Amino acid sequence: MSLDSKIPSGPLEKKWDDYKSHIKLVNPANKRKYTVIVIGTGLAGGSASATLAELGYNVKTFCFQDSPRRAHSIAAQGGINAAKNYQNDGDSVYRLFYDTIKGGDFRAREANVYRLAQVSTNIIDQCVAQGVPFAREYGGHLDNRSFGGAQVSRTFYAKGQTGQQLLLGAYSALSRQIGLGNVKMYPRTEMLDVVVIDGHAKGVVIRDLVTGQVTVHSADAVVLASGGYGNVFYLSTNAKGSNVTATFRAYKKGAFFANPCYTQIHPTCIPVSGDHQSKLTLMSESLRNDGRIWVPKKQGDTRNPADIPESERDYYLERKYPSYGNLCPRDIASRSAKEVCDAGFGVGPGGQGVYLDFSSAINRLGEHTIAERYGNLFQMYEQITGENPYKVPMRIYPAVHYTMGGLWVDYNLMSNLPGLFVIGEANFSDHGANRLGASALMQGLADGYFVLPYTIGNYLAEVGFGKTPSTDHAEFKKAETDANTQLNKFLNIKGKRTVDSFHKELGKIMWNNCGMARTDKSLKEALVKIPEIREEFWKNVNVPGSGSDLNQSLEKAGRVADFLEFGELLCLDALTREESCGGHFRTEHQMDDGEAKRDDDKFCHATAWEWKGVGAKPTEHREKLEFENIKLATRSYK
Amino acid sequence: MDLKLKVWRQKNAKEKGKIVNYDAKGISPDMSFLEMIDVVNEDLIVKGDDPIAFEHDCREGICGSCNIMINGEAHGPLPGVTTCQLHMRSFKDGDTIYLEPWRAKAFPVIKDLVVDRSGFDRIIQSGGFVSINTGGAPDANALPIPKKDADVAMDAATCIGCGACVASCKNASAMLFVSAKVSHLALLPQGQVEKKERVKNMVNAMDKEGFGNCTNQYECEAACPKDIKRDFIRVLNKEFILS
Repeated sequence: MSLDSKIPSGPLEKKWDDYKSHIKLVNPANKRKYTVIVIGTGLAGGSASATLAELGYNVKTFCFQDSPRRAHSIAAQGGINAAKNYQNDGDSVYRLFYDTIKGGDFRAREANVYRLAQVSTNIIDQCVAQGVPFAREYGGHLDNRSFGGAQVSRTFYAKGQTGQQLLLGAYSALSRQIGLGNVKMYPRTEMLDVVVIDGHAKGVVIRDLVTGQVTVHSADAVVLASGGYGNVFYLSTNAKGSNVTATFRAYKKGAFFANPCYTQIHPTCIPVSGDHQSKLTLMSESLRNDGRIWVPKKQGDTRNPADIPESERDYYLERKYPSYGNLCPRDIASRSAKEVCDAGFGVGPGGQGVYLDFSSAINRLGEHTIAERYGNLFQMYEQITGENPYKVPMRIYPAVHYTMGGLWVDYNLMSNLPGLFVIGEANFSDHGANRLGASALMQGLADGYFVLPYTIGNYLAEVGFGKTPSTDHAEFKKAETDANTQLNKFLNIKGKRTVDSFHKELGKIMWNNCGMARTDKSLKEALVKIPEIREEFWKNVNVPGSGSDLNQSLEKAGRVADFLEFGELLCLDALTREESCGGHFRTEHQMDDGEAKRDDDKFCHATAWEWKGVGAKPTEHREKLEFENIKLATRSYK
Repeated sequence: MDLKLKVWRQKNAKEKGKIVNYDAKGISPDMSFLEMIDVVNEDLIVKGDDPIAFEHDCREGICGSCNIMINGEAHGPLPGVTTCQLHMRSFKDGDTIYLEPWRAKAFPVIKDLVVDRSGFDRIIQSGGFVSINTGGAPDANALPIPKKDADVAMDAATCIGCGACVASCKNASAMLFVSAKVSHLALLPQGQVEKKERVKNMVNAMDKEGFGNCTNQYECEAACPKDIKRDFIRVLNKEFILS
């Protein structure tokens, strides 16, 4: 099967406008005759549900949290990018597009990224109109700050809680539509399968997490906005409930999974404190605006940081990347931290940490200004570590954060399964091999507010209304039975090990063998070990309780079972991509100075995998990436 | 550290609950409160018991999922902190700790420490928004807002909807939560058009859900993990009277 990206013809800057002018429309009176299912209520799913309902479609939205307001987008701290050029510092749609393509190490699709940069300006207008309280200047206008990978200030923010405020904006738009009866909201539910009829996605299988009841729902189109899969590593900055189930089960029904090896390691996390640790807490990347990153010049230097004089400190990012310094992109900052720690210069327990030091900013600007900019983050740090970052430098270490891979989609954000749309972090399309800071929120809202509502109409107009299948259809029955069978299987194994113990074991292999750096050897080792863990899981997992009430162990079992298959796919993708790019660093492929070495002749493509069964090698498909407007170049932030 | 836990166990909304004793052994002061429960639960599962059900997700103090009464205090003893950000260094070896669900008629128990807070969503659905459709919004800088107003609106908007205010109020009043949302939008020009309808609808929805009234004792403010100020209740009352 060939992968048709359906990129419209014509010049880059006109593609989206031309496309919008020529797509098929659904008559307003007919929109209510269509039903759309949305999975997930983060920035992408919440904004899409609200906007589709505003347009007149019937929307059914599902989320696993107790309220749509709790989706993990809420935890994003730093900000959202938009090419407004309010600062008059030379920003433009083209520059945001260029920075994003370059930041993603030339592994994203030009047309999608250009569209993202174009609609970025509308997002800010939309959110301000909703009442999102962005930071303001004294003159009443919006304030901006800079972020990694850019030399302009294009990031809009609301203290360190930008994700929260944007999500509450989307949630309020969604709540309005729920109140009006245009969206039927199902909180505390989980999607267990996609139902495909005659090659089109026509519904889903849902489990009510409180009653345990499994039901089926039909629709004219299904939208997955279920986020990323970073929790395959067990320890990550993702919320505990974030999982791969919705996208992975769609993959098992024929949707292609693209670039799973692109996982972003975020440079500024609070280091791990012990084996009990359940997740990692991110410190906003915005801290790198004023914090300076350093390690002692002497290996194993355990002196109090205040006792280490300037001349004995290595500000390694400023040394290696003088023009971007502490604001170099995330993959580079993360790898550099790993390098200095691996070389024995790390600080804190186990030497797995580097200093993020605010003392010079505090001397220059005063503690008050720093408190105003980052107060809540400093408080959070102190709460977790018991150290006061105003007095001693923070300790940070990289951690798994965002996943750039996801289900393959075309320009319409539709997967290769017609009728199955995938938006936000759940798709693969906009960030290439590395995501720049403040771009995830931008993509989530761009897809949900401004892209999907157009492209889904084009599909729906083509298939026509009045064709929603009955849930009596054999495919629904089969999918429902399969889901129940799997749930019962978990409950009946009655082994000796907890679900979490398997998840932790998988996570350690993923981090050690396919983390910040991967090698041919480490990946082949992982590909032997993961099936072994999986085999033991299905023989020896212990899921207590029943399937007919709230059973958190049962929920986890399903998700971990999927991670145990997905982890293998991730490692296979990493093994196949014999180059280094962005969040994928193969140790065999590096420059003399340790920078990532891309291979554009062989790997300038997106890899999309087709499911062939548990343990069977999936089929590899490739979408060649055409760079017509940007010259492929080696990334340099020096 | 070794601790004694007294945990509210309740199979579902219909059955009666009771306090059950557990030992939490070998707890590190670096663990979060929820990680401490994880350790106890792992042990319970291995022994063949049902683990303690509790709500959590982001574990970094922002999603508002976690909700445990710890020794009678919502989110435990520290001010300005959610349960997931409460660390065991706040307790001493040998301590006895009570874990109970949020206590309010409008938040019925689902299981153990998990309660149903959907009443909050219905309050927002009744009017906690600016009615604007997507697309066609004017340029963001066409509407200057004084920094001071935007900052106070942001302080109100910081509410995470966890329900600690309700749980700590003897009347189970939701006024701090509702006042935060009403104040956030009432302080901004975007919120002006629907201002009167909004406050009326939200207060009515709040009453309908069975939340009690405010008697100005400000336990809500003391318990709020995001330091939402009681001043917003004054704004709510003013807006309600003006409506």
